[in-house]
Amino acid sequence: MRELSPSARLRIEELSARYPHKRSALIPSLQIAQREAGYVSEEAMVEIARLMDLSPNEVREVVSFYSLLHQQPSGRYVIRVCTNISCQLCDAEGILHHLRCRLGIAPGETTPDMKYTLLEVECLGSCGTSPVMQINNDYHDNLTPEKIDHILDGLQ
Amino acid sequence: MDTKILTRNLHVPDLQEIGVYESLGGYRALARALKELSPDEIIETVKKSGLRGRGGAGFPTGLKWGFVPKNSGRPVYLCVNSDESEPGTFKDRLILEQDPHQLIEGTILSAYALGCRLAFLYIRGEYVRPAEIVERAIAQARDRGYLGKNILGSGFDLDIVVHRGAGAYICGEETALLESLEGRRGHPRLKPPFPASVGLYGSPTVINNVETLANIPHIVNNGADWYASIGVPGNAGTRLFGVSGHVVRRGVYELPMGTPLRELLVDHCGGVRPGRRLKAIVPGGSSTPVLTADQVDVRLDFDSIARAGSMLGSAGVIVMDDSTCMVKAALRISRFYAEESCGQCTQCREGTEWLHRILHRIEGGRGRQGDLELLLDLCANMKGRTICPLSDAAAMPIESYVQKFHAEFDAHIREQRCVIRDAPPVAT
Ligand SMILES: Cc1cc2nc3c(=O)[nH]c(=O)nc-3n(C[C@H](O)[C@H](O)[C@H](O)COP(=O)(O)O)c2cc1C
Ligand code: FES
Repeated sequence: MRELSPSARLRIEELSARYPHKRSALIPSLQIAQREAGYVSEEAMVEIARLMDLSPNEVREVVSFYSLLHQQPSGRYVIRVCTNISCQLCDAEGILHHLRCRLGIAPGETTPDMKYTLLEVECLGSCGTSPVMQINNDYHDNLTPEKIDHILDGLQ
Repeated sequence: MDTKILTRNLHVPDLQEIGVYESLGGYRALARALKELSPDEIIETVKKSGLRGRGGAGFPTGLKWGFVPKNSGRPVYLCVNSDESEPGTFKDRLILEQDPHQLIEGTILSAYALGCRLAFLYIRGEYVRPAEIVERAIAQARDRGYLGKNILGSGFDLDIVVHRGAGAYICGEETALLESLEGRRGHPRLKPPFPASVGLYGSPTVINNVETLANIPHIVNNGADWYASIGVPGNAGTRLFGVSGHVVRRGVYELPMGTPLRELLVDHCGGVRPGRRLKAIVPGGSSTPVLTADQVDVRLDFDSIARAGSMLGSAGVIVMDDSTCMVKAALRISRFYAEESCGQCTQCREGTEWLHRILHRIEGGRGRQGDLELLLDLCANMKGRTICPLSDAAAMPIESYVQKFHAEFDAHIREQRCVIRDAPPVAT
């Protein structure tokens, strides 16, 4: 079942009330759905569309535009590695290479045990402490292969 | 002299706590303004201070506020642009994480000046922790009566809603931000009408950058003349320079506008890494034209950098030493803009892809005769013709890399390989 839980539905209704126009709560609502299921399911989109008085297509169109909204299940740990310019100058390539080797997957892929998803991403706003990656909500910066190993060893 | 305004308290422990912020004089500007100053007086003060927007374009803040029509019968909205996604830019995060109350106080003062009763803080989706810190600070401010109904007994009401983005560089562009906030794809709007008259939900709206608004409490506290006396004429105040790349000490440095680039790089950042030589500097985020090492004496203010052929932009200073392959740097930047173009305008959608394809083949040792002319021609055709300036932002840097490092690009094509990567380090 990938429908919204009652508590998610409640939160979405509360959120909608914070905005002068309820459609403004669309993206936050999709974020709630994703937090719950790990991705935005078709069922969740249909239900959110109904709550917002939108057509499912209007919702799909928004979901597909934003890179942080996923329509497929991803790993328990989503690892985003920045390879943009400031990170590139500080060997983000080596960092990405190390992660590929260690996890055995290419960017865009998820390990078969659904533990890790590896993504190559654009600037994370941490350029002064590059190279940098984000694992779920948290940033890890000034990365070295050893530091990455240490961080990954600590993940359950 | 040490002129720090926005970062002077960052060493204080627990600055995110409202009590600590208050003990350093925080929220005093707000209390005084609500008692003694009319909204118009604040707008006048900000005009006189010479404050210019820190989001990129350097537009005079007081002038922008003055465009909001009075008594339009519609609500006025203020949006705090915390999208910070231009590669090389990481200064707003410092304020959001370390001194959120400074920003909140600035937002309340600005909203009061604009007659706004509901403000939005649009923060990029990746900034989960910064968003949590700001939300917590807003809750504290509400508890203390600085937000909510009848603030400090003044009759002024305001709330701030934190709105998290979902991953899209274009949403930093002000009209795309509004579309996104309305629950749509971040597609920029045609201007005019400008947001000051027709913005969020069709109402008058002001969009300001985090750093811009963080300056407001200080201007209200110390006066327009004080602020205008910092920096250089036409470029008042300080700037948060986020330095990344090949320097010894990277980080955010707050310095008066007009500080020489050399001073920032040598005195503050410790110069380039040992054994290396300075090659190029991108002064204001990845979209700004690159400067060469011989331009290191330029002053860091909007007008001086413009005279040097670039832009101060977001003040994200990206430093490259002689180990850097400019083709590779250009390739990465072109990939970013191709990825982030929203696709509405043909010149931008096709142009960014095309730039990326050509640079990809040059970098891969498959460059063709005429590719550099083609790149320059494409860039010329991408500028000034689209709904928003993302197309310009994509073209400007590539044009400058090719023009200023023409021999290096040429050698890549001639020799069908990178001529930098194998180069031995040069002693300084
Ligand atoms: C493609 C693009 C991306 C932008 N991204 C940002 C951003 O992340 N943060 C920001 O403050 N301004 C950004 N801007 C500038 C905004 O459109 C707007 O000018 C700014 O927020 C106004 O605030 P200010 O007057 O205080 O500088 C961007 C502009 C463009 C064209
Ligand atoms: S370029 Fe990687 S965090 Fe900014």
